[in-house]
Amino acid sequence: MDGTLFGRGLRALSAASIVAIATALALIFFYAPIDADQGFIQKIFYVHVPMAIVALIGFVTAGVFAIQHLRTRDPSYDARSYVAIHMSVIFGVAVLVTGSIWAKGSWGKWWVWDEPTLVSFLIVFLLYVTYYPLRYSIEDPERRARYSSVFAITAGAFVPINFIAVRLSESLVHPRVLSATGGSMPGEMRFTFLVSLLAIALLFATLMKLELTSKHARMQLKSLRRLLEAEDEERSPASSPLATVPAKPQ
Amino acid sequence: MRAAAAIVRKDLRVELRTKESVPAMAIFAVTTFVVFHFGLDRDSLEGELAAGVLWVTLLFAAILGINRLFVPEREQSGFDGLLLAPIDRNSLLAAKASALLIYLVALELVAVPVFAIFFIDSSFWEAVPLLIAVMLLADLGIAIVGALLASIAVNTRARDLLLPILLLPLLIPVVIAAAAGTEPLFSSPVDTSSTGKWLAVLALYDGVFGLLAYALFDFLMED
Repeated sequence: MDGTLFGRGLRALSAASIVAIATALALIFFYAPIDADQGFIQKIFYVHVPMAIVALIGFVTAGVFAIQHLRTRDPSYDARSYVAIHMSVIFGVAVLVTGSIWAKGSWGKWWVWDEPTLVSFLIVFLLYVTYYPLRYSIEDPERRARYSSVFAITAGAFVPINFIAVRLSESLVHPRVLSATGGSMPGEMRFTFLVSLLAIALLFATLMKLELTSKHARMQLKSLRRLLEAEDEERSPASSPLATVPAKPQ
Repeated sequence: MRAAAAIVRKDLRVELRTKESVPAMAIFAVTTFVVFHFGLDRDSLEGELAAGVLWVTLLFAAILGINRLFVPEREQSGFDGLLLAPIDRNSLLAAKASALLIYLVALELVAVPVFAIFFIDSSFWEAVPLLIAVMLLADLGIAIVGALLASIAVNTRARDLLLPILLLPLLIPVVIAAAAGTEPLFSSPVDTSSTGKWLAVLALYDGVFGLLAYALFDFLMED
């Protein structure tokens, strides 16, 4: 495997996401107008909603990588699927925390059950959190990759069905900032929102690439170490039974 | 198909002789009703509370059965035998889902009358056909997803610990649709106008996860 496979372009991607995040923050605080109805707290929308969108896309993308893994049996697709879920779960924590703060700020409660998007997100999040115990309770790497992929695909299909079921069960009492038709956002808000979405998406891509690179480097290090151990053993043929025990690398 | 029928017959025969799963599920359900009686401090339930108590109880009782679903296969190397046999692997999935469906129906034949005697004061005889339709569609969903997830969990280290946490979030749409569909049936007067929508949601769920389980089960049975 090519050592720079995952690392290539990481620096450029990081630079792009730093620029995008700085631009988005500047737009959020100096360009976007203060919401007439909700006031300053509405600005959390530019972080909360893009993160939720990116996390959900990340979950579904993990399912697509999982399909690729089952098709090709290439372990790198399993790694991508795992890292996509891992990053989306981390983003998911941020979504739930910012959503909770927003709910407290504008509705006076830390959690509201009649906001179907938030509730659906919580259910999806709870499902994906179980990916970790599943993954870590299978030892054989090949089987772990296969089972994790089956779970990732099932969960990916679950995301839209869950949204349908929860949406149908709740009455839409709260005004939606971004409705299905694009809403009545003024142009400045919409532009700021789109830049924030781009910034968060770039951040997600950068973190995912970083994690994949470090995982890949760690795996290569391990296999190199194993190779070295084997060579050592060959060079010094054991005369006493004690010497056949390979020395643990420090 | 014949292989699936044979496996179902085997499972039912084992269940009839050992009486391991269904009686435990039924006892669990009845005890849970009693727990709800004290937990909620109510002598009778109606509407959404009745539907909620019924479905939460049925769901947890179902998990008891799902946990045992593949245990004979694992403990007595049934998997190896099935993999060596010249049959389609999906027949194992079909057989396990059917066996689970039969267990669930058997459970409900006991649990629902007990629930009605314990908690329901209003007459809901006219709602019974719709209630049966909601239950069958919900049971089918639980059976499909339960069989798929049980076959994942049985091959992991944390088996019976892992299964409920994997299964519960996946079954939330079933609980939403089943509880919302049965809620008007436990109200007086009985209102059946919205049940059709929830039957459609359940059918969609069953269809999607049925196809998904059919496509994915092969990958779980490779070793």
